Amino acid sequence: MSDPRKAAAPDPDDFLDVDGSLSAEERDIRDTVRGFAARELLPDVADWFDAGTIPEPRALAKSFGDLGVFGMHLDGYGCAGASAVAYGLACRELEAVDSGLRSFVSVQGSLAMTAIHKFGSEEQKNAWLPRMAAGELIGCFGLTEPDSGSDPGSMRTRARRDGSDWVLDGTKMWITNGSIADVAVVWATTEEGIRGFVVPTDAPGFSANTVHGKLSLRASVTSELVLDGVRLPADALLPGSSGLGSPLSCLNEARYGIVWGAVGAARACYRAALDYAATREQFGRPIAGFQLTQRKLADMVVDVNQAALTALQLGRLKDAGRCHHTQVSFGKFACVAAAQRVAREARSIHGANGITLEYPVLRHMLNLETVATYEGTEEIHALSLGHAVTGISAFR
Amino acid sequence: MGVQGGWPPAMNIVVLVKQVPDTATERKLSSDDKTLDRAASDGVINELDEYAIEEALLLREKHGGEVTVLTMGPDQATDSIRKALSMGADKAVHVNDEALHGSDALQTAYALSRALGRMEFDLVVLGSESTDARTGVVGAALAEYLELPQLTLAGKVDIEGRAIKVQRLTDYGYDVVEAQLPAVVSVVEKINEPRYPSFKLIMQAKKKPVEKLTIADAEIDAAKVGLANATTETVDFAPAPPRAAGTIVKDEGDGGTKVADFLAEKKFV
Ligand SMILES: Cc1cc2nc3c(=O)[nH]c(=O)nc-3n(C[C@@H](O)[C@H](O)[C@@H](O)COP(=O)(O)OP(=O)(O)OC[C@H]3O[C@@H](n4cnc5c(N)ncnc54)[C@H](O)[C@@H]3O)c2cc1C
Ligand SMILES: Cc1cc2nc3c(=O)[nH]c(=O)nc-3n(C[C@H](O)[C@H](O)[C@H](O)COP(=O)(O)OP(=O)(O)OC[C@H]3O[C@@H](n4cnc5c(N)ncnc54)[C@H](O)[C@@H]3O)c2cc1C
Repeated sequence: MSDPRKAAAPDPDDFLDVDGSLSAEERDIRDTVRGFAARELLPDVADWFDAGTIPEPRALAKSFGDLGVFGMHLDGYGCAGASAVAYGLACRELEAVDSGLRSFVSVQGSLAMTAIHKFGSEEQKNAWLPRMAAGELIGCFGLTEPDSGSDPGSMRTRARRDGSDWVLDGTKMWITNGSIADVAVVWATTEEGIRGFVVPTDAPGFSANTVHGKLSLRASVTSELVLDGVRLPADALLPGSSGLGSPLSCLNEARYGIVWGAVGAARACYRAALDYAATREQFGRPIAGFQLTQRKLADMVVDVNQAALTALQLGRLKDAGRCHHTQVSFGKFACVAAAQRVAREARSIHGANGITLEYPVLRHMLNLETVATYEGTEEIHALSLGHAVTGISAFR
Repeated sequence: MGVQGGWPPAMNIVVLVKQVPDTATERKLSSDDKTLDRAASDGVINELDEYAIEEALLLREKHGGEVTVLTMGPDQATDSIRKALSMGADKAVHVNDEALHGSDALQTAYALSRALGRMEFDLVVLGSESTDARTGVVGAALAEYLELPQLTLAGKVDIEGRAIKVQRLTDYGYDVVEAQLPAVVSVVEKINEPRYPSFKLIMQAKKKPVEKLTIADAEIDAAKVGLANATTETVDFAPAPPRAAGTIVKDEGDGGTKVADFLAEKKFV
């Protein structure tokens, strides 16, 4: 065995050398997204958050498309066909900048594109996926409704047949990118159960209203979708979709990316706190030298690295085709909570500066409230884990 | 030397790519032989070479043809080669031999010229300067070895047929210089905006051909390269002294005068 005293001191930014096990290709993808995020996103993100919007979503979509991040883990149709780990790394590096920007990518790639990729006809895939991968078209995913969140099976949006057409009526709520989308994947109940529809947003009867006054995920557009007698041809139906399991399987894909994203947000907060603690002096010394601060930093480095290991392990399982959806629930439950703890401690280390947009910590902390809510709340994933280990469902 | 002629030929472009220590990390010289300790810091593509790669890719998009990366460097240089291929280059040649360690700028240019002698090309594109050694002479020396025209400090490149026209950036504007292909062009960062590698290309990169050459393969004369035969010698080195604290001038009505005095004292004015 090698002499542990000779091992190199750990890198504070990757204490357990989690990234040491990445392949060269995975490292290249990580470095590319990290470089892109640092140059193209980080300088503006605080302004976008402050403004409560993304000023030029089409330009952003195009640059994400050029990078190849939209649907990067899907095969064919202009998608890169990268591994699950590579996709996770991209989410991690994007969310280290802002959860809203990672959400943009999750919704486009893992929700809207994945739904079409999994359940669409060959014609639908060819019509939508290449242009969505390129960032020329923006997609959204409408499942949640005003009265139907954690229990999406209770949705009221209906699709009824009229001759060979479908007619959709209902309201979707909290839909990321809804008012900037070219295409909405909308879930509705039919006589045959829940089915998915590809709805061009210029269809008569379709409208979208932006949600204002959010205090979280502000660098992201959130909308209400109103479907008022939207008439669609027969081929708007996603033929492979059947039942609630269809949208839930898309959510499981996006949720996997969120696990990694949370690690990115946590790492960014920890890094900011480490920098701040080293330079901020009180009582004549850097606050990093106080035991209470060091305890916080120790808790943070543990949370960040444990979360990073969890994400990577899920990725390896997924690439081996062995990742169960309850394991993704484990990841979301554990990693988002870890990120919330880290963000909160990081904010406290920043003192008053920590409540401003000059520093990333409160922005991340606020974003993480959304991250803990969407794609299954913390409680829902606790129930999912409880069910998995006991065999007893406590949902209803 | 194999130079491709004919019209209208697809352009064969060779981009020279040097791996340098990341400027964000601290650089170290090794105390044994006063050469750069390349293992001590992460290697990245010399920044200006990213512009050279971009320009080669743009020219390929316009004129067709192939872009080949040529790198001389140790094993770790494969990381930079992979990155260049991920940006879109078609193939690479990696000259790697223990005997090259410690080669100076002239020897580097000689070795690169030997490797180029085995290749078919219409154009060689390189950065005008590296961020580590910063001699800025490789392009010129290389053109001499190859007996080809050199067009330096290019801010814009136009090719029509076998004619190449370059805007050569100067302190006062630019010169327009022209030559016939084949030629050697060194670029400055005004020339373009390097692209990010795309994921698709990242995943294709490992399938692209990378030819490895020893000095024997490239017919490089061992007596003309390496630290022992270098034409220059590093006599001594010292770490940069820590920056002295700045002087703060408080404006009490005489701020302007104080700043002027300071500049005069330091002989800046
Ligand atoms: C700190 C330091 C100081 C040095 N000082 C001297 C010195 O004073 N005199 C001296 O002769 N040598 C010196 N060298 C050594 C020498 O190793 C250079 O690195 C030499 O290889 C190239 O010179 P350059 O990097 O200055 O090239 P530049 O002329 O500045 O580079 C121009 C371009 O040439 C191309 N290029 C350069 N090197 C390679 C390569 N290996 N493979 C592919 N393309 C390449 C790149 O496109 C680059 O953008 C020094 C090296 C170091 C690290
Ligand atoms: C910024 C943002 C973007 C979003 N983007 C999208 C999108 O693009 N597409 C989309 O379809 N949706 C989206 N959502 C919606 C999100 O998925 C829902 O908010 C989420 O599913 C929770 O639903 P709800 O808000 O209705 O909360 P509710 O389901 O009403 O939950 C309220 C509380 O009750 C708890 N609770 C519910 N049921 C149980 C139970 N059985 N046992 C214990 N506790 C329970 C919850 O955990 C929570 O704490 C987004 C939300 C936000 C905030």
